[in-house]
Amino acid sequence: MAGKIVLCRCEDVTLADLAHSVSRGYRDIEEVKRYTGFGTGPCQGKECLAVVATELAKLTGQPPAAIPPFTSRPPLAPTPLRLLARDPGAHRFEDDQPSGAAWDDAPTIVETK
Amino acid sequence: MQPTIDDEEDDSRADLSGEIRLPATLEGAGPLPARAEIAIVGGGVMGLSIAYHLARRGLTDVIVIERGYLAEGASGRNGGGVRQQWSTEINIRLMQESVELCRRFAVDLGVNVWFRQGGYLFLARNAKEVARLEKNIDLQNRFGVHTRMLDPAQARDIVPELDLTGIVGASYNPSDGILFPWPFLWGYARQAAAHGVRIFTQTPVGTIEPMAGGGYLVKTPRGAVAARRLINATGAWSPQLAAMIGVDVPTHPIRHEICSSEPLKPFLKPMVSELSSGLYCSQSMRGEIVGGVTVPGHGSTYGMGSTLEFLATYARRLVRLMPILGEVKILRQWAGPYDQSPDGNPILGAPADHPDFFLACGFVGHGFMMAPIVGKLYAEWLTGEPPHEIFSRYTLRRFHDGSGASAPKEDFNIG
Repeated sequence: MAGKIVLCRCEDVTLADLAHSVSRGYRDIEEVKRYTGFGTGPCQGKECLAVVATELAKLTGQPPAAIPPFTSRPPLAPTPLRLLARDPGAHRFEDDQPSGAAWDDAPTIVETK
Repeated sequence: MQPTIDDEEDDSRADLSGEIRLPATLEGAGPLPARAEIAIVGGGVMGLSIAYHLARRGLTDVIVIERGYLAEGASGRNGGGVRQQWSTEINIRLMQESVELCRRFAVDLGVNVWFRQGGYLFLARNAKEVARLEKNIDLQNRFGVHTRMLDPAQARDIVPELDLTGIVGASYNPSDGILFPWPFLWGYARQAAAHGVRIFTQTPVGTIEPMAGGGYLVKTPRGAVAARRLINATGAWSPQLAAMIGVDVPTHPIRHEICSSEPLKPFLKPMVSELSSGLYCSQSMRGEIVGGVTVPGHGSTYGMGSTLEFLATYARRLVRLMPILGEVKILRQWAGPYDQSPDGNPILGAPADHPDFFLACGFVGHGFMMAPIVGKLYAEWLTGEPPHEIFSRYTLRRFHDGSGASAPKEDFNIG
Protein backbone atom coordinates (compact mmCIF):
# COMPACT_ATOMS: atom_id res chain seq x y z
CA MET A 1 0.00 0.00 0.00
CA ALA A 2 2.79 2.44 0.96
CA GLY A 3 4.15 1.91 -2.54
CA LYS A 4 0.99 3.46 -3.95
CA ILE A 5 0.76 6.46 -1.66
CA VAL A 6 2.39 9.28 -3.56
CA LEU A 7 4.01 12.00 -1.46
CA CYS A 8 5.74 13.97 -4.22
CA ARG A 9 3.81 14.17 -7.46
CA CYS A 10 6.50 15.94 -9.49
CA GLU A 11 9.10 13.24 -8.90
CA ASP A 12 6.81 10.29 -8.14
CA VAL A 13 8.11 9.62 -4.63
CA THR A 14 5.96 7.27 -2.55
CA LEU A 15 5.60 6.60 1.16
CA ALA A 16 7.49 3.33 0.59
CA ASP A 17 10.38 5.29 -0.93
CA LEU A 18 10.50 7.48 2.16
CA ALA A 19 10.49 4.43 4.43
CA HIS A 20 13.35 2.94 2.37
CA SER A 21 15.39 6.11 2.83
CA VAL A 22 14.80 6.06 6.59
CA SER A 23 15.79 2.38 6.77
CA ARG A 24 19.13 3.24 5.21
CA GLY A 25 19.78 5.84 7.88
CA TYR A 26 19.08 8.81 5.58
CA ARG A 27 16.67 10.58 7.94
CA ASP A 28 17.64 14.23 7.77
CA ILE A 29 15.08 16.03 5.56
CA GLU A 30 17.98 17.21 3.35
CA GLU A 31 19.21 13.61 3.00
CA VAL A 32 15.70 12.39 2.25
CA LYS A 33 15.39 15.02 -0.46
CA ARG A 34 18.60 13.87 -2.10
CA TYR A 35 18.02 10.15 -1.62
CA THR A 36 14.44 10.07 -2.91
CA GLY A 37 14.46 13.14 -5.16
CA PHE A 38 11.32 14.53 -3.54
CA GLY A 39 10.94 18.29 -3.88
CA THR A 40 13.30 18.58 -6.86
CA GLY A 41 10.66 18.91 -9.54
CA PRO A 42 8.72 21.90 -10.85
CA CYS A 43 7.07 22.72 -7.48
CA GLN A 44 10.41 22.57 -5.62
CA GLY A 45 8.70 21.21 -2.54
CA LYS A 46 5.84 23.68 -2.33
CA GLU A 47 3.28 20.88 -2.50
CA CYS A 48 5.12 17.94 -0.97
CA LEU A 49 7.43 19.26 1.72
CA ALA A 50 4.86 19.38 4.53
CA VAL A 51 3.50 15.94 3.63
CA VAL A 52 6.95 14.36 3.57
CA ALA A 53 7.94 16.08 6.82
CA THR A 54 4.78 14.82 8.53
CA GLU A 55 5.38 11.24 7.43
CA LEU A 56 9.09 11.49 8.25
CA ALA A 57 8.15 12.59 11.77
CA LYS A 58 5.92 9.54 12.15
CA LEU A 59 8.55 7.14 10.81
CA THR A 60 11.31 8.49 13.02
CA GLY A 61 9.22 9.06 16.14
CA GLN A 62 9.83 12.78 16.29
CA PRO A 63 7.35 15.62 16.74
CA PRO A 64 6.67 17.26 13.37
CA ALA A 65 7.95 20.56 14.72
CA ALA A 66 11.39 18.98 15.15
CA ILE A 67 11.74 18.64 11.38
CA PRO A 68 12.75 21.88 9.68
CA PRO A 69 11.96 22.50 6.02
CA PHE A 70 14.80 21.88 3.59
CA THR A 71 16.66 24.90 2.25
CA SER A 72 14.46 26.62 -0.31
CA ARG A 73 16.18 27.47 -3.57
CA PRO A 74 15.60 30.46 -5.83
CA PRO A 75 13.95 31.28 -8.14
CA LEU A 76 10.56 31.40 -6.44
CA ALA A 77 8.90 29.90 -9.51
CA PRO A 78 10.30 28.27 -12.65
CA THR A 79 11.70 31.16 -14.70
CA PRO A 80 12.68 31.17 -18.39
CA LEU A 81 16.34 31.83 -19.18
CA ARG A 82 15.24 34.43 -21.72
CA LEU A 83 13.80 36.61 -18.95
CA LEU A 84 16.76 36.12 -16.62
CA ALA A 85 19.13 37.06 -19.44
CA ARG A 86 17.59 40.54 -19.55
CA ASP A 87 18.34 41.30 -15.95
CA PRO A 88 20.57 44.38 -15.83
CA GLY A 89 22.55 42.90 -12.94
CA ALA A 90 24.26 40.34 -15.19
CA HIS A 91 28.03 40.53 -15.19
CA ARG A 92 29.37 41.73 -18.54
CA PHE A 93 32.45 40.01 -19.92
CA GLU A 94 34.87 41.63 -22.35
CA ASP A 95 33.43 39.66 -25.22
CA ASP A 96 29.77 40.18 -24.28
CA GLN A 97 27.33 41.15 -26.96
CA PRO A 98 26.43 44.84 -26.56
CA SER A 99 22.88 44.71 -27.92
CA GLY A 100 20.58 43.22 -30.51
CA ALA A 101 20.61 39.84 -28.85
CA ALA A 102 17.72 37.46 -28.99
CA TRP A 103 16.59 38.28 -25.47
CA ASP A 104 16.33 42.03 -25.95
CA ASP A 105 12.71 41.78 -27.02
CA ALA A 106 11.71 39.88 -23.91
CA PRO A 107 9.70 41.64 -21.22
CA THR A 108 11.80 42.76 -18.28
CA ILE A 109 11.41 41.14 -14.91
CA VAL A 110 13.48 43.75 -13.10
CA GLU A 111 12.80 47.46 -13.44
CA THR A 112 15.74 49.28 -15.00
CA LYS A 113 16.65 52.72 -13.71
CA MET B 1 11.20 8.14 -7.60
CA GLN B 2 14.55 8.61 -9.22
CA PRO B 3 15.87 5.22 -10.33
CA THR B 4 19.30 5.80 -8.80
CA ILE B 5 18.23 4.11 -5.63
CA ASP B 6 20.09 1.01 -4.73
CA ASP B 7 17.41 -1.60 -4.91
CA GLU B 8 16.79 -4.61 -2.71
CA GLU B 9 18.54 -7.02 -5.06
CA ASP B 10 22.01 -5.89 -4.22
CA ASP B 11 21.60 -6.53 -0.51
CA SER B 12 22.95 -10.02 -1.13
CA ARG B 13 26.07 -8.32 -2.40
CA ALA B 14 26.40 -6.23 0.75
CA ASP B 15 25.59 -8.92 3.24
CA LEU B 16 28.13 -11.70 3.21
CA SER B 17 26.20 -13.76 5.79
CA GLY B 18 23.55 -14.44 3.20
CA GLU B 19 20.86 -13.14 5.51
CA ILE B 20 18.36 -10.91 3.75
CA ARG B 21 18.20 -7.65 5.63
CA LEU B 22 18.34 -3.94 5.05
CA PRO B 23 21.39 -2.66 6.90
CA ALA B 24 21.45 1.01 7.75
CA THR B 25 24.37 2.73 6.10
CA LEU B 26 24.62 5.41 8.76
CA GLU B 27 25.08 4.99 12.49
CA GLY B 28 22.10 5.98 14.62
CA ALA B 29 22.32 7.87 17.87
CA GLY B 30 25.07 5.81 19.53
CA PRO B 31 28.48 7.04 20.67
CA LEU B 32 31.72 6.88 18.71
CA PRO B 33 33.90 3.83 19.34
CA ALA B 34 36.67 4.46 21.89
CA ARG B 35 39.35 3.81 19.32
CA ALA B 36 39.90 3.32 15.62
CA GLU B 37 42.88 2.61 13.43
CA ILE B 38 41.86 5.38 11.05
CA ALA B 39 39.41 8.24 11.58
CA ILE B 40 38.38 10.12 8.47
CA VAL B 41 36.89 13.54 9.04
CA GLY B 42 34.56 14.56 6.23
CA GLY B 43 31.67 12.54 4.81
CA GLY B 44 32.09 13.81 1.29
CA VAL B 45 33.15 11.84 -1.74
CA MET B 46 36.86 12.03 -0.90
CA GLY B 47 36.52 10.71 2.65
CA LEU B 48 34.04 8.01 1.65
CA SER B 49 36.14 6.90 -1.32
CA ILE B 50 39.16 6.51 0.96
CA ALA B 51 37.01 4.64 3.52
CA TYR B 52 35.60 2.30 0.89
CA HIS B 53 38.98 1.50 -0.63
CA LEU B 54 40.55 0.94 2.80
CA ALA B 55 37.76 -1.48 3.66
CA ARG B 56 38.11 -3.28 0.35
CA ARG B 57 41.77 -3.80 1.16
CA GLY B 58 40.91 -5.30 4.52
CA LEU B 59 41.46 -2.29 6.77
CA THR B 60 37.99 -2.03 8.29
CA ASP B 61 38.75 -0.46 11.68
CA VAL B 62 37.80 2.87 10.17
CA ILE B 63 35.29 5.51 11.14
CA VAL B 64 34.02 8.45 9.12
CA ILE B 65 32.98 11.54 11.05
CA GLU B 66 30.78 14.02 9.19
CA ARG B 67 29.68 17.32 10.71
CA GLY B 68 26.36 17.47 8.86
CA TYR B 69 24.73 15.05 6.45
CA LEU B 70 26.47 13.11 3.68
CA ALA B 71 27.03 15.31 0.64
CA GLU B 72 26.33 18.50 2.58
CA GLY B 73 29.47 20.18 1.24
CA ALA B 74 30.84 20.46 -2.27
CA SER B 75 30.31 16.74 -2.98
CA GLY B 76 26.57 17.33 -3.11
CA ARG B 77 26.78 20.68 -4.86
CA ASN B 78 28.94 20.14 -7.94
CA GLY B 79 28.09 19.79 -11.60
CA GLY B 80 29.06 16.14 -11.91
CA GLY B 81 31.63 16.62 -14.67
CA VAL B 82 34.37 14.02 -15.19
CA ARG B 83 37.02 14.97 -17.71
CA GLN B 84 40.51 14.10 -18.88
CA GLN B 85 41.14 17.42 -20.60
CA TRP B 86 43.73 18.87 -18.23
CA SER B 87 46.90 20.87 -18.70
CA THR B 88 49.29 18.78 -16.56
CA GLU B 89 50.47 15.24 -17.19
CA ILE B 90 49.66 14.05 -13.70
CA ASN B 91 46.06 15.22 -13.80
CA ILE B 92 45.55 13.71 -17.24
CA ARG B 93 46.81 10.34 -16.06
CA LEU B 94 44.88 10.42 -12.79
CA MET B 95 41.66 11.28 -14.57
CA GLN B 96 42.14 8.48 -17.10
CA GLU B 97 42.08 6.12 -14.14
CA SER B 98 39.16 7.90 -12.49
CA VAL B 99 37.09 7.63 -15.66
CA GLU B 100 37.75 3.92 -15.73
CA LEU B 101 36.62 3.61 -12.10
CA CYS B 102 33.48 5.62 -12.92
CA ARG B 103 32.71 3.25 -15.79
CA ARG B 104 32.86 0.30 -13.39
CA PHE B 105 31.20 2.04 -10.45
CA ALA B 106 27.69 0.65 -10.93
CA VAL B 107 28.99 -2.91 -11.15
CA ASP B 108 31.57 -2.58 -8.37
CA LEU B 109 29.34 -0.75 -5.90
CA GLY B 110 25.83 -1.81 -6.85
CA VAL B 111 24.34 1.62 -7.36
CA ASN B 112 23.40 3.47 -10.51
CA VAL B 113 25.34 6.73 -10.73
CA TRP B 114 24.00 7.67 -14.16
CA PHE B 115 27.47 7.96 -15.63
CA ARG B 116 27.27 9.03 -19.25
CA GLN B 117 30.26 9.58 -21.54
CA GLY B 118 29.02 12.26 -23.90
CA GLY B 119 32.36 14.06 -24.07
CA TYR B 120 33.46 17.57 -23.14
CA LEU B 121 33.41 20.37 -25.70
CA PHE B 122 35.49 23.45 -24.83
CA LEU B 123 34.75 26.50 -26.98
CA ALA B 124 37.30 29.21 -27.80
CA ARG B 125 36.41 32.74 -28.88
CA ASN B 126 39.93 34.00 -29.71
CA ALA B 127 43.33 32.81 -30.93
CA LYS B 128 44.85 32.84 -27.47
CA GLU B 129 42.24 30.39 -26.21
CA VAL B 130 42.78 28.19 -29.25
CA ALA B 131 46.51 28.11 -28.56
CA ARG B 132 45.81 27.12 -24.96
CA LEU B 133 43.58 24.26 -26.08
CA GLU B 134 46.08 23.09 -28.70
CA LYS B 135 48.90 22.99 -26.16
CA ASN B 136 46.76 20.88 -23.82
CA ILE B 137 45.65 18.59 -26.64
CA ASP B 138 49.27 17.78 -27.53
CA LEU B 139 49.89 16.71 -23.97
CA GLN B 140 46.61 14.79 -23.68
CA ASN B 141 47.24 12.93 -26.95
CA ARG B 142 50.67 11.87 -25.73
CA PHE B 143 49.05 10.02 -22.85
CA GLY B 144 46.34 8.39 -24.91
CA VAL B 145 43.45 10.80 -24.40
CA HIS B 146 41.93 11.27 -27.83
CA THR B 147 41.08 14.94 -27.62
CA ARG B 148 41.00 16.73 -30.95
CA MET B 149 40.70 20.28 -32.19
CA LEU B 150 37.51 21.08 -34.05
CA ASP B 151 36.59 23.98 -36.28
CA PRO B 152 33.26 25.69 -35.56
CA ALA B 153 31.37 23.63 -38.14
CA GLN B 154 32.60 20.40 -36.59
CA ALA B 155 31.55 21.66 -33.17
CA ARG B 156 28.08 22.22 -34.55
CA ASP B 157 27.98 18.65 -35.81
CA ILE B 158 28.20 17.61 -32.15
CA VAL B 159 25.86 20.27 -30.78
CA PRO B 160 23.61 21.54 -33.59
CA GLU B 161 21.95 24.03 -31.22
CA LEU B 162 25.13 26.15 -30.87
CA ASP B 163 25.18 29.71 -32.18
CA LEU B 164 28.70 29.79 -33.60
CA THR B 165 28.95 33.56 -33.93
CA GLY B 166 32.33 34.48 -32.49
CA ILE B 167 33.43 30.88 -31.91
CA VAL B 168 36.80 30.22 -33.58
CA GLY B 169 37.63 26.70 -32.41
CA ALA B 170 36.85 23.94 -29.95
CA SER B 171 38.44 20.95 -28.27
CA TYR B 172 36.51 17.73 -27.90
CA ASN B 173 37.23 14.51 -26.09
CA PRO B 174 34.43 11.97 -26.52
CA SER B 175 35.31 9.87 -23.45
CA ASP B 176 34.84 12.65 -20.88
CA GLY B 177 31.48 12.49 -19.16
CA ILE B 178 29.05 13.40 -16.43
CA LEU B 179 27.60 11.59 -13.44
CA PHE B 180 24.96 12.17 -10.79
CA PRO B 181 27.01 13.05 -7.69
CA TRP B 182 24.76 11.95 -4.82
CA PRO B 183 24.60 8.18 -5.59
CA PHE B 184 28.38 8.09 -5.64
CA LEU B 185 28.36 8.91 -1.95
CA TRP B 186 25.60 6.44 -1.14
CA GLY B 187 27.45 3.74 -3.03
CA TYR B 188 30.75 4.34 -1.27
CA ALA B 189 29.05 4.76 2.12
CA ARG B 190 26.92 1.67 1.81
CA GLN B 191 29.69 -0.64 0.66
CA ALA B 192 32.13 0.78 3.21
CA ALA B 193 29.53 0.19 5.94
CA ALA B 194 28.87 -3.33 4.65
CA HIS B 195 32.59 -4.04 5.13
CA GLY B 196 32.55 -2.74 8.68
CA VAL B 197 33.36 0.97 8.38
CA ARG B 198 31.24 3.04 10.77
CA ILE B 199 29.85 6.31 9.46
CA PHE B 200 28.68 9.02 11.86
CA THR B 201 26.77 12.00 10.47
CA GLN B 202 25.65 15.07 12.43
CA THR B 203 28.89 14.76 14.39
CA PRO B 204 31.04 17.91 14.42
CA VAL B 205 34.63 17.60 15.57
CA GLY B 206 35.20 19.89 18.57
CA THR B 207 38.87 19.42 19.31
CA ILE B 208 41.80 17.24 18.25
CA GLU B 209 44.54 16.41 20.73
CA PRO B 210 47.80 14.68 19.76
CA MET B 211 48.33 11.63 21.97
CA ALA B 212 51.55 10.55 23.59
CA GLY B 213 52.98 7.80 21.42
CA GLY B 214 51.19 8.94 18.27
CA GLY B 215 47.69 9.35 16.95
CA TYR B 216 44.98 11.77 17.95
CA LEU B 217 42.08 12.02 20.35
CA VAL B 218 39.18 13.41 18.35
CA LYS B 219 36.44 14.85 20.53
CA THR B 220 32.85 15.26 19.38
CA PRO B 221 29.43 15.66 21.03
CA ARG B 222 29.00 11.90 20.50
CA GLY B 223 32.13 11.10 22.47
CA ALA B 224 35.82 10.88 21.69
CA VAL B 225 37.69 8.45 19.48
CA ALA B 226 41.39 7.68 19.83
CA ALA B 227 42.57 7.33 16.26
CA ARG B 228 46.00 6.06 15.38
CA ARG B 229 45.79 7.90 12.09
CA LEU B 230 43.60 10.83 11.11
CA ILE B 231 42.60 11.93 7.62
CA ASN B 232 41.46 15.46 6.83
CA ALA B 233 38.94 15.16 3.98
CA THR B 234 36.87 18.21 4.85
CA GLY B 235 37.20 20.01 1.52
CA ALA B 236 36.91 23.76 1.86
CA TRP B 237 36.90 23.40 5.64
CA SER B 238 40.34 21.72 5.62
CA PRO B 239 42.23 24.74 6.99
CA GLN B 240 39.86 24.91 9.99
CA LEU B 241 40.33 21.25 10.90
CA ALA B 242 44.11 21.41 10.41
CA ALA B 243 44.31 24.53 12.58
CA MET B 244 43.02 22.47 15.53
CA ILE B 245 46.47 20.92 15.79
CA GLY B 246 48.36 23.96 14.58
CA VAL B 247 48.88 22.82 10.98
CA ASP B 248 48.62 25.65 8.45
CA VAL B 249 46.84 24.49 5.29
CA PRO B 250 47.05 27.42 2.85
CA THR B 251 43.73 26.93 1.08
CA HIS B 252 40.64 29.11 1.18
CA PRO B 253 37.00 28.63 0.21
CA ILE B 254 35.66 30.16 -3.00
CA ARG B 255 31.92 30.11 -3.48
CA HIS B 256 30.72 28.89 -6.86
CA GLU B 257 27.10 29.02 -7.91
CA ILE B 258 25.24 26.55 -10.11
CA CYS B 259 21.69 25.98 -11.28
CA SER B 260 19.40 23.41 -12.79
CA SER B 261 16.58 23.66 -15.33
CA GLU B 262 13.36 21.81 -15.82
CA PRO B 263 13.92 18.35 -17.36
CA LEU B 264 14.04 18.17 -21.15
CA LYS B 265 14.05 15.34 -23.63
CA PRO B 266 17.69 14.25 -24.11
CA PHE B 267 19.36 16.36 -26.82
CA LEU B 268 22.68 17.64 -25.49
CA LYS B 269 25.45 15.09 -25.81
CA PRO B 270 28.61 16.65 -24.35
CA MET B 271 29.34 18.97 -21.47
CA VAL B 272 29.74 22.34 -23.20
CA SER B 273 32.10 24.94 -21.75
CA GLU B 274 33.10 28.38 -22.96
CA LEU B 275 36.60 29.44 -21.90
CA SER B 276 36.08 33.20 -21.94
CA SER B 277 33.29 33.22 -19.35
CA GLY B 278 33.78 29.90 -17.57
CA LEU B 279 30.26 28.99 -18.72
CA TYR B 280 29.54 25.28 -18.61
CA CYS B 281 26.42 23.21 -18.99
CA SER B 282 25.45 19.61 -19.49
CA GLN B 283 22.25 17.65 -19.65
CA SER B 284 21.95 15.27 -16.74
CA MET B 285 20.43 11.83 -17.07
CA ARG B 286 17.37 13.32 -15.38
CA GLY B 287 17.11 15.62 -18.41
CA GLU B 288 17.91 18.83 -16.57
CA ILE B 289 20.37 21.37 -17.94
CA VAL B 290 22.87 21.80 -15.11
CA GLY B 291 25.45 24.53 -15.33
CA GLY B 292 27.23 27.60 -14.09
CA VAL B 293 29.39 30.53 -15.06
CA THR B 294 32.30 32.35 -13.45
CA VAL B 295 31.14 35.57 -11.83
CA PRO B 296 34.22 37.59 -10.88
CA GLY B 297 34.42 39.04 -7.42
CA HIS B 298 32.51 36.35 -5.57
CA GLY B 299 35.40 35.95 -3.21
CA SER B 300 36.54 33.92 -0.28
CA THR B 301 33.55 32.88 1.81
CA TYR B 302 31.87 29.90 3.37
CA GLY B 303 28.54 31.53 2.52
CA MET B 304 26.36 29.42 0.28
CA GLY B 305 23.80 32.02 -0.66
CA SER B 306 22.47 32.40 -4.18
CA THR B 307 22.52 35.56 -6.26
CA LEU B 308 20.42 36.94 -9.09
CA GLU B 309 23.68 38.26 -10.56
CA PHE B 310 24.86 34.69 -11.11
CA LEU B 311 21.58 33.52 -12.58
CA ALA B 312 21.36 36.52 -14.92
CA THR B 313 24.99 36.12 -16.02
CA TYR B 314 24.53 32.40 -16.66
CA ALA B 315 21.30 33.04 -18.57
CA ARG B 316 22.85 35.78 -20.68
CA ARG B 317 25.84 33.68 -21.70
CA LEU B 318 23.92 30.45 -22.18
CA VAL B 319 21.12 31.94 -24.27
CA ARG B 320 23.72 33.67 -26.42
CA LEU B 321 25.49 30.36 -27.00
CA MET B 322 22.32 28.28 -27.40
CA PRO B 323 19.42 30.60 -28.24
CA ILE B 324 17.03 27.66 -28.38
CA LEU B 325 17.26 27.41 -24.58
CA GLY B 326 15.65 30.82 -24.08
CA GLU B 327 12.27 29.39 -23.16
CA VAL B 328 13.70 26.75 -20.85
CA LYS B 329 12.90 27.42 -17.22
CA ILE B 330 15.34 27.41 -14.33
CA LEU B 331 13.98 25.42 -11.38
CA ARG B 332 16.62 26.05 -8.74
CA GLN B 333 20.04 27.46 -8.01
CA TRP B 334 22.48 26.78 -5.19
CA ALA B 335 26.14 27.21 -4.32
CA GLY B 336 29.11 25.27 -3.02
CA PRO B 337 32.69 25.97 -1.97
CA TYR B 338 35.88 25.19 -3.89
CA ASP B 339 38.88 24.38 -1.68
CA GLN B 340 41.24 26.78 -3.44
CA SER B 341 44.95 25.99 -3.16
CA PRO B 342 47.67 28.54 -3.99
CA ASP B 343 48.93 26.69 -7.09
CA GLY B 344 45.76 24.97 -8.26
CA ASN B 345 47.05 21.55 -7.18
CA PRO B 346 45.93 19.42 -4.23
CA ILE B 347 47.67 18.99 -0.88
CA LEU B 348 48.23 15.36 0.14
CA GLY B 349 50.24 13.29 2.57
CA ALA B 350 51.26 14.06 6.14
CA PRO B 351 53.23 17.08 7.38
CA ALA B 352 56.69 16.19 8.75
CA ASP B 353 55.80 17.16 12.31
CA HIS B 354 52.45 15.34 12.17
CA PRO B 355 53.17 11.96 10.53
CA ASP B 356 49.77 10.53 11.54
CA PHE B 357 47.72 13.43 10.11
CA PHE B 358 46.94 12.94 6.43
CA LEU B 359 45.65 15.64 4.12
CA ALA B 360 43.28 15.22 1.19
CA CYS B 361 42.74 18.90 0.47
CA GLY B 362 42.96 21.66 -2.11
CA PHE B 363 41.20 20.06 -5.06
CA VAL B 364 39.92 23.38 -6.44
CA GLY B 365 36.55 22.22 -7.67
CA HIS B 366 37.61 18.91 -9.16
CA GLY B 367 37.81 16.82 -6.02
CA PHE B 368 34.71 14.92 -7.00
CA MET B 369 36.08 13.60 -10.27
CA MET B 370 39.46 12.91 -8.65
CA ALA B 371 38.01 11.07 -5.63
CA PRO B 372 37.68 7.61 -7.19
CA ILE B 373 41.39 7.37 -8.04
CA VAL B 374 42.74 9.42 -5.14
CA GLY B 375 40.76 7.33 -2.63
CA LYS B 376 42.17 4.17 -4.18
CA LEU B 377 45.75 5.44 -4.15
CA TYR B 378 45.42 6.69 -0.59
CA ALA B 379 44.09 3.32 0.58
CA GLU B 380 46.91 1.49 -1.16
CA TRP B 381 49.49 3.66 0.56
CA LEU B 382 47.87 3.45 4.01
CA THR B 383 47.73 -0.34 3.76
CA GLY B 384 51.43 -0.70 3.09
CA GLU B 385 51.91 -0.23 -0.65
CA PRO B 386 54.60 2.22 -1.78
CA PRO B 387 53.18 5.74 -2.06
CA HIS B 388 52.10 6.92 -5.51
CA GLU B 389 54.02 9.94 -6.79
CA ILE B 390 51.12 12.28 -5.97
CA PHE B 391 52.03 11.90 -2.30
CA SER B 392 55.60 13.09 -2.79
CA ARG B 393 54.65 15.73 -5.32
CA TYR B 394 51.63 17.38 -3.70
CA THR B 395 53.06 17.93 -0.24
CA LEU B 396 52.21 20.70 2.19
CA ARG B 397 55.95 21.30 2.41
CA ARG B 398 56.13 22.65 -1.13
CA PHE B 399 54.57 25.92 0.02
CA HIS B 400 57.22 26.41 2.69
CA ASP B 401 60.50 25.25 1.13
CA GLY B 402 59.82 26.24 -2.47
CA SER B 403 60.03 22.65 -3.70
CA GLY B 404 56.83 23.07 -5.65
CA ALA B 405 57.95 26.17 -7.50
CA SER B 406 59.23 24.32 -10.56
CA ALA B 407 56.31 21.87 -10.76
CA PRO B 408 53.79 22.39 -13.55
CA LYS B 409 50.80 24.39 -12.38
CA GLU B 410 47.35 23.20 -13.36
CA ASP B 411 45.72 26.14 -15.12
CA PHE B 412 42.61 24.44 -16.48
CA ASN B 413 40.33 24.72 -13.47
CA ILE B 414 37.29 25.87 -15.44
CA GLY B 415 33.88 26.81 -14.14
